Amino acid sequence: MSRTAGRLRPRDERGQNGPHPTEEIDVKYLLLKHYRGPKTSTNDVPMDQWAPDEVDAHIQYMDDFANRLRETGEFVTGEALAPDGMWVRYDGEGKPPAVDGPFAETKDLIAGWMVIDVEDQDRAVELAGELSAAPGAGGRPLGEWLEVRPFLEHHSGGHHG
Amino acid sequence: VTSHVPVDEALLRSAVPRTIAILVRRGADFAAAEDAVQDALVEALRTWDADPPRDPQAWLVTVGWRRFLDATRSHDARRRREERVEEEPAPGPALDHDDSLQLYFLCAHPSLTPSAAVALTLRAVGGLTTRQIAAAHLVPEATMAQRISRAKRTIAAVPLGEPGDVATVLRTLYLVFNEGYSGDVDLAAEAIRLTRRLAASVDHPEVAGLLALMLLTHARRAARTDAAGRLVPLADQDRSLWDTTAIAEGVDVLQAALARDRLGEFQAQAAIAALHADAPTSEETDWVQVVEWYDELTALTDNPVARLGRALAVGHADGPRAGLAALAQLDETLPRHTAAAAYLHERAGDLPLAARLYAEAALRAPSLPERDHLTRQAARLNAALRG
Repeated sequence: MSRTAGRLRPRDERGQNGPHPTEEIDVKYLLLKHYRGPKTSTNDVPMDQWAPDEVDAHIQYMDDFANRLRETGEFVTGEALAPDGMWVRYDGEGKPPAVDGPFAETKDLIAGWMVIDVEDQDRAVELAGELSAAPGAGGRPLGEWLEVRPFLEHHSGGHHG
Repeated sequence: VTSHVPVDEALLRSAVPRTIAILVRRGADFAAAEDAVQDALVEALRTWDADPPRDPQAWLVTVGWRRFLDATRSHDARRRREERVEEEPAPGPALDHDDSLQLYFLCAHPSLTPSAAVALTLRAVGGLTTRQIAAAHLVPEATMAQRISRAKRTIAAVPLGEPGDVATVLRTLYLVFNEGYSGDVDLAAEAIRLTRRLAASVDHPEVAGLLALMLLTHARRAARTDAAGRLVPLADQDRSLWDTTAIAEGVDVLQAALARDRLGEFQAQAAIAALHADAPTSEETDWVQVVEWYDELTALTDNPVARLGRALAVGHADGPRAGLAALAQLDETLPRHTAAAAYLHERAGDLPLAARLYAEAALRAPSLPERDHLTRQAARLNAALRG
């Protein structure tokens, strides 16, 4: 026998507008830096051509940026990658994996990443913009294109299904 | 031989907000009191197994106060500290359940971002450790510690006891609930515990509505994923796995709230959940009434998720064509719009289109379980189409 049918009819009187439940908060984003990529920086001078103090200023800026995100409670992790790597794949039962590399011809070469945990996409874009403003040659902003990718959530939220 | 009694974590945690309130009444500011009680909590978790105190609450107060004095001393406030010690803490006015209620309001203060409010609520009201909260959010402990101390700085000027809006508290608890669980803490269960306690001290139909919604939703959890961890949609769930005790409690709480004729968003959502909980199968669900409740809900809120849910319900009540017509009124960029379209087109018999939409929806899915589910739906239809 139904517990609810006929007993949950909508009421005429309404309460005030309630809160507006947001679905997800704390979205994680990956900010990807590239050694080489499909898009060119506005200040496109290779780092080995910079003055030494410009290199120092750049590194300091990156460190400060990460520390600031630690302070704001938005930092998850950050890593840099060596440019040299190799391609590896399974090569059949009982055989060692096939190895190819180092990959010299890659158009898209990832240099490193930072993972941030932020309130929303606007904040991720804001931070990527700041990171891209790191000083380069002549102390001018690098204007490097950063790839910003949201993480998939690990769970689908308590209210679905 | 010592008897080994494991720490009753729930009991310990429930003593945290009151302990904070006691320290505040003795003269500590909220931020310092909260830190001190967190230190005491961590020590309790470390030592109580071997040496459980007779009165956990009193132990937390004693150790928390000592930690507070230590911190005050190290913060170069020797004189103030000595005055306090000489005074020997005044017991303060009589304590009542409103102490924790004030903490609910403070931790969900509107000046806080939602994620800051969630973190602070879990620590000061929920009595979780920073490590547990960080693990549940998959961020480093240091990051979470910073988030919490920033949150406390944001509300530093807000006195404990300032009247608050229960709606902000409910929103925060709802966010906690939807975070599910990862790490060793079940945040959905934690949200239910906190909402239950709130409902005991606040007489408000929406508090009851949220509690009912959580209970009714949580009741389906065992059926929501299969043994392999795959998402099982509502229509396909093994309803014998639903927690009938939680459903019965949720329906009772909801009925009592609705009887007061002050409808709100959470009550409307709980009513929809109750109608699902009540049906032996998807086909036997009272879809007409589900649609009516979605009408109520969309009148109360502009939440697009509710409009999407309504279109799906219309698809059951009046047929998939009607559902698609309702869906066509909505912004196509809404999250899960494509998934809803795929579902309705499959029911309408257009399998090739449904398969294509499922595949497209998978690319836009916000979570891993949903993406995998939608990919499997596309694969299932494509396999059927190949014959």
